[in-house]
Amino acid sequence: MKPTDIAAPDYFHKVVDCQWACPAHTPVPEYIRLIAQGRYSDAYMINWKSNVFPGILGRTCDRPCEPACRRGRVEENPVAICRLKRVAADFKDDIRQRLPRPAPKNGKRVALVGGGPASLTVARDLAPLGYHCTVFDADPEAGGMMRTQIPKFRLPNSVIDEETGYILGLGVDFKGGQRIDSMKALLAEKYDAIFVGSGAPRGRELDIPGRKEAAANIHIGIEWLANVSFGHTDRIGKRVIVLGGGNTAMDCCRTARRLGGEKVTVIVRSGFEEMKASPWEKEDAIHEDIPILNYMVPVAFKHVAGKLIGVTFQHVKAEYDARGRRNLVPSGDPDQTIPCDDVLVAVGQENAFPWIEQDCGIEFDKWHMPKVDPETFASTNPKVFFGGDAAFGPKNIIWAVAHGHDAALSIHKMLSGEAIDERPLPDVQVSSQKMGIHEWSYDNDISNDKRFKVPHRDKVIALKDIRAEVELGYDVKLALGEAERCLNCDVQTVFSTSLCIECDACADICPMDCITFTANGEESDLRQRLKAPSAHPDQDLYVSSDLKTGRVMVKDEDVCLHCGLCAERCPTGAWDMQKYFIEMTHAGSTCPTKSRSAA
Amino acid sequence: MTYIAKPKFHHPGLKKNELGYTHRDYEGKISTLCAGCGHDSITASIIEACYELSIEPHRVAKISGIGCSSKTPDYFLGNSHGFNSVHGRMPSVLTGANLANRDLIYLGVSGDGDSASIGFGQFAHSIRRGVNMTYIVENNGVYGLTKGQFSATADRGSKSKKGVTNTDNAIDLVAIALQLGATFVARSFSGDKTQLVPLIAAAIRHKGASFIDVISPCIAFNNHAGSTKSFDYVREHNDAVNRLDVLVGRDPIAVDYAPGTVQLVEQHDGSRIALRKIDADYDPHDRLGAQTFLAKHAAKGQIVTGLLYVDPDAEDLHAHLDTVETPLNTLEADTLCPGSAVLDKINASLR
Repeated sequence: MKPTDIAAPDYFHKVVDCQWACPAHTPVPEYIRLIAQGRYSDAYMINWKSNVFPGILGRTCDRPCEPACRRGRVEENPVAICRLKRVAADFKDDIRQRLPRPAPKNGKRVALVGGGPASLTVARDLAPLGYHCTVFDADPEAGGMMRTQIPKFRLPNSVIDEETGYILGLGVDFKGGQRIDSMKALLAEKYDAIFVGSGAPRGRELDIPGRKEAAANIHIGIEWLANVSFGHTDRIGKRVIVLGGGNTAMDCCRTARRLGGEKVTVIVRSGFEEMKASPWEKEDAIHEDIPILNYMVPVAFKHVAGKLIGVTFQHVKAEYDARGRRNLVPSGDPDQTIPCDDVLVAVGQENAFPWIEQDCGIEFDKWHMPKVDPETFASTNPKVFFGGDAAFGPKNIIWAVAHGHDAALSIHKMLSGEAIDERPLPDVQVSSQKMGIHEWSYDNDISNDKRFKVPHRDKVIALKDIRAEVELGYDVKLALGEAERCLNCDVQTVFSTSLCIECDACADICPMDCITFTANGEESDLRQRLKAPSAHPDQDLYVSSDLKTGRVMVKDEDVCLHCGLCAERCPTGAWDMQKYFIEMTHAGSTCPTKSRSAA
Repeated sequence: MTYIAKPKFHHPGLKKNELGYTHRDYEGKISTLCAGCGHDSITASIIEACYELSIEPHRVAKISGIGCSSKTPDYFLGNSHGFNSVHGRMPSVLTGANLANRDLIYLGVSGDGDSASIGFGQFAHSIRRGVNMTYIVENNGVYGLTKGQFSATADRGSKSKKGVTNTDNAIDLVAIALQLGATFVARSFSGDKTQLVPLIAAAIRHKGASFIDVISPCIAFNNHAGSTKSFDYVREHNDAVNRLDVLVGRDPIAVDYAPGTVQLVEQHDGSRIALRKIDADYDPHDRLGAQTFLAKHAAKGQIVTGLLYVDPDAEDLHAHLDTVETPLNTLEADTLCPGSAVLDKINASLR
């Protein structure tokens, strides 16, 4: 293998698994260390800069970081990164003084369609640069799906108000209750740029016999959640069936439990394991006495005199064809009718752009989705950008934030007369953490604690009040314990070939047998010759150039604890622990471009 | 010195030996030696050898004297018996322990000061008597604990860190061990575990006095130009006569050796050593030849490493003394004391 180029920003970024997996690339270990030090406001601001909604995401994020967390490869459970984010939001001081000031207007006007996370992120990035940002939303208050679709027992209004308020306070013009019905009309208002962050607002229908006849008691999940959120709906029947296995279904069933649903059942077509809902959301639903039945396909709504009486299901089983593709085939068991008073349909969401006329210069693909560049988020109309669920279909908040940052950057570049497809490199800072022979400026003593559970409100009380937040969040002590579990993966092991005397001290001390000194070879061959087996080929090998004996140093990054013992036991300083702080470049930063060399 | 404990976590894919232990289970406390010390590599090699042989840690007694080397038993086999004795007296303590309980595996760990200076006589007599042990000298050529004076194994003409030339002749412990009748003699280098680990494993399986001289660079005081025990010097002058694999039980012999290059040595306990010859003319069963070979190469400034001599049919001290198979420390009083009638008989025969 060729010697690893550690100057390429991506190499060490990948080692910080959580940050790499996060769509917004939040510097996770950095903020976790700040939490451990009790510097909650500092931790909050790092999050605020990167993911805009720390308090909201700390309760609702889909957490792509956690399955990626190295700790999960070392022991059973990853660090509770998401709930630590909430800790920063819960315990911070008043941070308003740290927010950017509303800037003098630069005369450029940007219209933002939809008041959800994508649009608000664009506004957050552009408003401090002087852009006049106008956000339009059909709802009276900002937040979009964060406000309408996520139940209050998971995300209180106060948190949404606070974090959307920070953005609107930057001098953003919010036009609530103002639905945009025509792109043509909007274009005619001569905005310098338009950003579409209108989400995926339409719940998918379930068109099976009886749907029309029993319509009064069949509700589309996200619409029903929005009605609950605004107080238009405040009760439901005693027996409720929720169809669908995503997070919306979990929100529906738990909401139903709080509005009078005594016997609430979730029924999914596929297997329990394959459900789209996050494992922890399934756990929370089961904890609230909601059974989840699987391999049952709804075939008809049963009704008598226009009144829903139940749903008939066909039992299926999974079969795999020669290519390993799964098919659901009838199991042969007789169909089963489950009686119920109400049904909530949460079988997916769709985009809908009836308001974008065909002659706006915005091309759509065969799935009726706008053609959007995945890097610049530009549509085929150079002035119109898309982001969030509106760009590539339903994902989640953190993706919307990431899209928003990228789209804001494109808008800023376009309106500054720069090429929008030239994307800036991330900002990388590297600094040795060595303080003394065996002292480091980070805590390298590895905690053996298992993941701490987040305290929950008593179930009886929680089920009585739809606005009572179920999760109470970590207290300071639990937060410290959980923060200590972080392995500081951003404190990188950096190797200097010229200093190495091949004494083997690092290979001997490494608790995880990450380091091997051996003859060089192709990657597949090298992976066979490591001191400990290489279980994850997607984890890079760090390979040195040739050492004095002709061998190379190979480090499997996979399960390195970043304990720094290799550097402590190295007599020549060939190993050093260096903190890599990697931050994505947002609109208005100094924007180092690819034409410049890496840090 | 490292202040944190070595993390308990280990690689999830670590292989387990026959006893269900990983090599991490053979560790001791974290080393307090200087960073990069060759002794730590020897510690790692002992751990690896014991792991590979699936030795039960409680069947091992590790005994040492005084010095950097003699601290190392604290860093391996944390669940074994240990005795940190007086300077240079490891061989006596080991001999005594071995006589009392012949069932344990004895690891004598010593250094060049402990064995070639203050304990030179002790070293000589334990070898001469054929005590069943693995005697490892961690040889760095300097007194590291007292800041780098030449030890008795420092080569004449080699230079200290401050540039002083050594004018005394060096003691070659391997030559002495051969001369005194050790039945397993080897030399290796802390920076070459592929050679060292099987040597330690073979020595542990050898029944008799096994002696391994391991050159172990002292990073703090003896790893400079002018030293003959530095990483660079040893790597440049290392003349390995063979490499080996230890085969225990029914392990098949690996087939990737070129024909005629492998010599199988079957030891007393049934284990086999597969010797891959590097020097085709070297015969590890020829004590006199080995002595001559060593002397010739030493004169040329070469450091001969590998398994230098082995007598697969060796006998140990217990065989010489014709002691009972049962360890003496488990014999009950009625077995040990034949009674007054027998005493009277003996006395009568002497009258």
